Amino acid sequence: MFKEIPVFSQFPTSGYGYSEETKPMLNTSHGFIPWGDSHHPDISQTAGEIDGRFIFINENNTPRIAKIDLKTFETTEIIEVPNSAGNHSSSFVTENTEYVVAGTRFSVPIPQRDMPIKDYKGNFQGALSFISVAPETGNMDIKFQVLMPGFNYDLSHPGRGKSHGWFFFTTYNTEEASTLLEVNASQNDKDFIAAVNWKKIEEYVNNGGGTMMPADYAHNVYDEHTHTATSTMIKEVRVVNPIDVPGAVYFLPTPKSPHGCDVDPSGEYIVGNGKLSANLTVHSFTKMLAAIEGEKFDGEAYGIPILKFEDVLAGSVEQPGLGPLHTEFDGQGNAYTTFFISSEVVKWKLGTWEVIDRKPTYYSVGHLTIPGGNSAKPQGKYMFAMNKITKDRYLPTGPEMEHSAQLYDISGDKMELLLDFPTHGEPHYAAAMEADLIKKRSQKIYDLEDNKHPYAAFSDTDTKVVRKGNEVHIYMTTIRSHFSPDNIEGIKIGDKVFFHVTNLEQDFDVPHGFAVLGQNTSELLIMPGQTKTSIWEPTKVGVWPFYCTDFCSALHQEMQGYIRVSPASASTPLKWSMGEDIE
Amino acid sequence: MKTTNLKFLFTSLLVVLFISCKNETNNTEQVEEATEAVSTETTERQGQAFIEDDEATPNVLQIAIGSPDHTTLVAAVQAAQLENALVNAGPLMVFAPTNEAFAALPEGTVDNLLKPENKGTLADILKYHVTPGNYSKDFLKKFKKLGQANNQYVTVEVKGDDVYIGGAKIIASVPAGNGIVHVIDKVLLPPAKE
Repeated sequence: MFKEIPVFSQFPTSGYGYSEETKPMLNTSHGFIPWGDSHHPDISQTAGEIDGRFIFINENNTPRIAKIDLKTFETTEIIEVPNSAGNHSSSFVTENTEYVVAGTRFSVPIPQRDMPIKDYKGNFQGALSFISVAPETGNMDIKFQVLMPGFNYDLSHPGRGKSHGWFFFTTYNTEEASTLLEVNASQNDKDFIAAVNWKKIEEYVNNGGGTMMPADYAHNVYDEHTHTATSTMIKEVRVVNPIDVPGAVYFLPTPKSPHGCDVDPSGEYIVGNGKLSANLTVHSFTKMLAAIEGEKFDGEAYGIPILKFEDVLAGSVEQPGLGPLHTEFDGQGNAYTTFFISSEVVKWKLGTWEVIDRKPTYYSVGHLTIPGGNSAKPQGKYMFAMNKITKDRYLPTGPEMEHSAQLYDISGDKMELLLDFPTHGEPHYAAAMEADLIKKRSQKIYDLEDNKHPYAAFSDTDTKVVRKGNEVHIYMTTIRSHFSPDNIEGIKIGDKVFFHVTNLEQDFDVPHGFAVLGQNTSELLIMPGQTKTSIWEPTKVGVWPFYCTDFCSALHQEMQGYIRVSPASASTPLKWSMGEDIE
Repeated sequence: MKTTNLKFLFTSLLVVLFISCKNETNNTEQVEEATEAVSTETTERQGQAFIEDDEATPNVLQIAIGSPDHTTLVAAVQAAQLENALVNAGPLMVFAPTNEAFAALPEGTVDNLLKPENKGTLADILKYHVTPGNYSKDFLKKFKKLGQANNQYVTVEVKGDDVYIGGAKIIASVPAGNGIVHVIDKVLLPPAKE
């Protein structure tokens, strides 16, 4: 592991989500939320190929999409997705990163309202959100939401090449059940893959189509110059009723609660993995267009035409394993599908649907990743399988264990297991790419001259302590191997003490940390050239030490200071210093 | 608002099995061969089925192995190499025919199925006994059919207090760590494929 990047959850190691600068990143319309359930990272693309600029990732629980800048490997933007619930068929990017797409797993009342749960059917809806990404900055904005029937939208994938302009979403619970889904959502032989012509809807929207509806969602943006995030609440969103845009949305019948929805590099094949089906269903984009043209319909659902199964089906892989979930591609005409129940990865050939190889995974695999394996140009030499069950793979650690993953060499006809390794947390999905795409662009320091933080201090002479009522602002610097100031007096019980710490280092890989005894937020880890702020509300009179928490130098253990806390009634004067007395 | 229902032809596989039995000349010899084939492959086997665990609730496979009434079923699972499929997170509902149920099949049927060349057919039949799910006998009364792991459906019927799965009666139920085992009095044979 090279770096753990906090996105939706507080991260005490660096102070993300605890520091004053980053708290706004976790703001939502439901207030500050300290955690998230992230699922599917996807790397930005240009012309269908991974370009290594950004990673997008979804938060499932309180629906949000985040953007990580691969120059700094930091989360720089989070947008909440209104009208969505269980943001699972997300966050997949179109061929030129025009959009990052977020589909709802749970359908809900739109707009949200107080209504009986039993009236779900016909009343709940599922929002598919198209979030535009600005070409230069990567800034996100919800362009439109398609309000679909009240199914569960499980996973999604953009068209590639010939199918660019379309987006495909697997659905389950087309039964529209609201209770005991393990039974009630498994009644239909076939659910659907929803094919959405987003270019057509985009055109409709650009011509003023759709309606603005009241909404309430947070848009949080981190500014690299102020080193500070801001959170803006947005009060409306554009929604589109699919039947208002004829020819924009079709349903492709797909057996048994399909989970994974994967499109091959050519854009021709759309693989729907029916998780309760023993077979893999592969649809043809060419046949789909012909079926639309020829109006080969098999009824409709809420006004959306259902295409005839036989007229869109390219073929199926017969009984390759039990419990198919996800498929990726190697760019050599082969597909690799994971099977949860039979715990294996099966390699099969596109077009002939024959099984070429199978390898066990340990145990019960979920997603798999081939670098670029969901793009138009896979960089397919390796594949790794991410498992849900660990059991005896590694030395025992009690009832709770880390998850397991396996790395395979897929350069030959047969897959070869190279490495079996534990992962941190559930390795839900992964995005991978050739290292050269990001190595050269990776930033080493933040330029101190670009630091526009309002509380930054650029030298020892800038350091000061300023009282504003019961708020005390400490403008503090760090450089090997001291804090300035390192002796502070005049703080009183009831004060809110803001430690604004600027790391003056301009050397690669020399962060400093900051911790003070009784700090009930978290430590800070400050990168060279950066300013971060921690609030401390002392509750006890005394002289309390603070110190550097990152082993910065040979004199790291000397990098410390004291802050004196007096009773609320005391008249101790405000005083700060560093190195006043050298003995 | 739903699409077509697949119509399965409920023609019994029994006929096919019965015909194939006629080719056998020496049953005893066949069985020995099958056993030998299985044992040589056992050495290569690994996976969840072979983890030692005497602490957690037994899984559906362990329950079957521990039952003296299910030795034929266990032999069949081993011959089809389906052990690992029965020990995963599931949830799995296994309909477990007793030895007596297997014995009621036409003579030679079981022996024939245990032959290595019939591994595919055997696996298909066994998967027809497994549902992804975990429902008590009482709860099963709510169902009309169940989707089985071999991609086919089996009917559910209620007669008085009794529940019949594909015509086989549930005579006992044992909760398992990864699902439930319902003991049934007949072997379920998959309908002919479409």
